[in-house]
Amino acid sequence: MSKFEHRHYAHCESGVMSSMLRHNGLDISEPMIFGLSNALNFAYIPFVKIGGMPLVSYRSIPKLIIKNIQKNLKIQMKLETFSSKKKGEKRLDELLGEGKVVGAQSSVYWLEYFPPEISFHFNAHNLLVYDRDGDEYLISDPVFDKSVRCGRESLLKARFAKGMMAPKGLLYYPISVPKEIDLKPIIKKNIKKVSKYMLKTPVPIAGLRGIRYLAKSISKLKSKNKKYAKLFLGNIVRMQEEIGTGGAGFRFMYASFLEEASGLFDDDKTLKDASKLMLEVGDEWRSFALVIAKAIKSKEDIDYKSISQMLNKISENEAKVYKKLLEFK
Amino acid sequence: MKIENVPQDNSSTYGEMKKAIYATSKDGKIKRVESSGWDAEEIVTQQAIDELEENQKKAYEEVRSGKKSPLYYYMYEVRMDLAVLSQSTGFFKWSINRDFKPEVFKKISEKRLLVYCDVLGKTIEEIKVLPKVEDE
Repeated sequence: MSKFEHRHYAHCESGVMSSMLRHNGLDISEPMIFGLSNALNFAYIPFVKIGGMPLVSYRSIPKLIIKNIQKNLKIQMKLETFSSKKKGEKRLDELLGEGKVVGAQSSVYWLEYFPPEISFHFNAHNLLVYDRDGDEYLISDPVFDKSVRCGRESLLKARFAKGMMAPKGLLYYPISVPKEIDLKPIIKKNIKKVSKYMLKTPVPIAGLRGIRYLAKSISKLKSKNKKYAKLFLGNIVRMQEEIGTGGAGFRFMYASFLEEASGLFDDDKTLKDASKLMLEVGDEWRSFALVIAKAIKSKEDIDYKSISQMLNKISENEAKVYKKLLEFK
Repeated sequence: MKIENVPQDNSSTYGEMKKAIYATSKDGKIKRVESSGWDAEEIVTQQAIDELEENQKKAYEEVRSGKKSPLYYYMYEVRMDLAVLSQSTGFFKWSINRDFKPEVFKKISEKRLLVYCDVLGKTIEEIKVLPKVEDE
């Protein structure tokens, strides 16, 4: 096996998959992984609370990228979880001994190499372990610009953190990777799937309906305690920008996927236009974040109505992207 | 977003990290570039950290004044809340709330205490008392 090369990506799960496949001879970019695994989404689930704040997510549920890439690209992968720390630790050492580069799910909080500023209890982080040096693991964490080291105890605790989305020591690696794949039909299928889903979600908490639902909740913040309202708004922006999203809640990354896809279809104009539209929507999401950040800092009353309207406008403009994408045949 | 507009605000909340962002280069192609931070993002991350630290401080006072058991403080010290502690230990929230009472906590079984120790990353000696000086 060739020497492993670390690369810095926007998002942990798509970054791990891109790195892992490249190491195994299939060069696929992070945006392509993201697009082909149907990972773009939006969800606002007020009855699921994280740190006292409702769940807001700009992508599909964790592990779906791994599972969809496996399914859509017909890559044979092995996913292993463990009943005990001891077994999980031993298996990782075995796999590294065989020269494998192994994906692992972990908590962020217990990883010692994370700066305390962003060390939160989030159990669905993904990283690649590519070697071991005594009691230290050599890790390629996609959201870091350089490869890192992590002590045995720390990694073990992170891999076996309990609670919501508990990783249960999950390890994953490919068994066989095709050297070449015709991406075109997979791109077509998944663009259609995402667009339809975002436009016509059956549940009000996801897709564009989820965005409008969140807008409605924001307009109702006026009656709430101001500190709560500010934390509520701050939480939305954190989910959008903070945890490895490539900016604008994955919208910039999806635009990059559409651009790359357009190239594969002889510079297809529909895809290229959709990519441009998505970039514009991404910029609107960034403006939305900026307005909220300013409101949090300011001592003056917050104009919830205008923030809410801004979000409704974003959902309208995002709809245009998906409608455009449905024109792609 | 254009590459030249990608913020490089050296946010304190990034620690030593850089973040990868997708942005448009001069030739119109989207590329992955590094950002050293964004003020807007720093504000919301800092807001969340402030909230965690405030909870930790309040908990410290409540334990020191004898209203709550040290367990209550350590939960906040490792940035958990009742929901996360309950999910992590597998204990019911109401039963954890009982353990927040100093008199109940004093008589806690070792088996149960060890579960808390494991989840919170503390030794059995540590978890029984407040740390001398408050950690920042």
